[in-house]
Amino acid sequence: MARVLLNVPKTAKPGETVEVKLLISHPMESGQRKDESGQMVPRNIIHAFRCTYNGAEVLRLELHPAIAANPYLAFSFRAEKSGTVEMNWVDDEGVAGSASAALAVE
Amino acid sequence: MRLVLLLAAALLLGGAADKRSGYDDATQAVRAMQDDDSANPGMLWVEQGRTLWNQAVAGKSCATCHGVPEAMLGVAARYPRFAGRPITLPEQVNQCRTERQGAPALKEEGDEMLALTALIGLQSRGLPVAVDASSPAAQAALEQGHAIFDRRIGQLDLSCAQCHDRLAGQRLGGSRIPQGHPNGYPEYRLEWQGMGSLNRRLRGCMTGVRAEPFPPGSPELGALEFDLGWRANGLQVETPAVRP
Repeated sequence: MARVLLNVPKTAKPGETVEVKLLISHPMESGQRKDESGQMVPRNIIHAFRCTYNGAEVLRLELHPAIAANPYLAFSFRAEKSGTVEMNWVDDEGVAGSASAALAVE
Repeated sequence: MRLVLLLAAALLLGGAADKRSGYDDATQAVRAMQDDDSANPGMLWVEQGRTLWNQAVAGKSCATCHGVPEAMLGVAARYPRFAGRPITLPEQVNQCRTERQGAPALKEEGDEMLALTALIGLQSRGLPVAVDASSPAAQAALEQGHAIFDRRIGQLDLSCAQCHDRLAGQRLGGSRIPQGHPNGYPEYRLEWQGMGSLNRRLRGCMTGVRAEPFPPGSPELGALEFDLGWRANGLQVETPAVRP
């Protein structure tokens, strides 16, 4: 399936609050389940997430178990001038994901 | 006079107005998730479906014959369709793949089939379910399906109708019993933490009453899905729906 669905407005007025909505396709395995043979399924969740705007940090998250599969993140920040929203995250298996979108402030 | 007209209108609408989608019985949080396409996890499968739609297998893709996915407007609302026997949408996709595209069939519960049926279903979102059972042969299949719906099964000795017709709207544990309309499949279930077909949902129902589920592709399952589709006629298609 698609890796991510990212929703950021294309334009904003200076100083306007911009909402970022991100849906990531990920199993978010809690590490507390057993498979058919009774073996523990190792934990595999997205544990670190960071969002920057023009290189400046907007949001940094440390995630823990008990978040459902395909997590949905929504947050907002104030945009003063045009730039790029960049998001990076990494899961317990070391697989990194990213998404970005351009925002025009006019 | 006005009262008579109102009564007549109420009687005419009665059939459709009594029908409640599972959406109406879901909590506000679940409804909000379905309403916002950027929060609805089913859209992840829809996006995968868009990629698959244009992906050529054996030199042909869905787009080769059908053009853009938007050309499938209203198609999913008519499924299951009767052609000698009830044919469900996943069956139709596989028929297309094996007979016309020359591609291998997809597994009904696989992400690829769920993605394609979610994309096709989305094109009918908001349109009324319109399953046609007007021919005598279709009527016979419908009756077979309805008999299955009414038949007590499993160790718990329960029929579909006992809960979803007679007790719908009442509570089972903490949740409201829905009427059991299949107007949002394939749908994202929080319980599954993923997308699933009507077939999977029915399997869950049947093992729930401790009966042996109908095997995929069996005439009984086809007849039951046909009856359920017909029973939902008039409700809006909600694919990809979100349910608890």
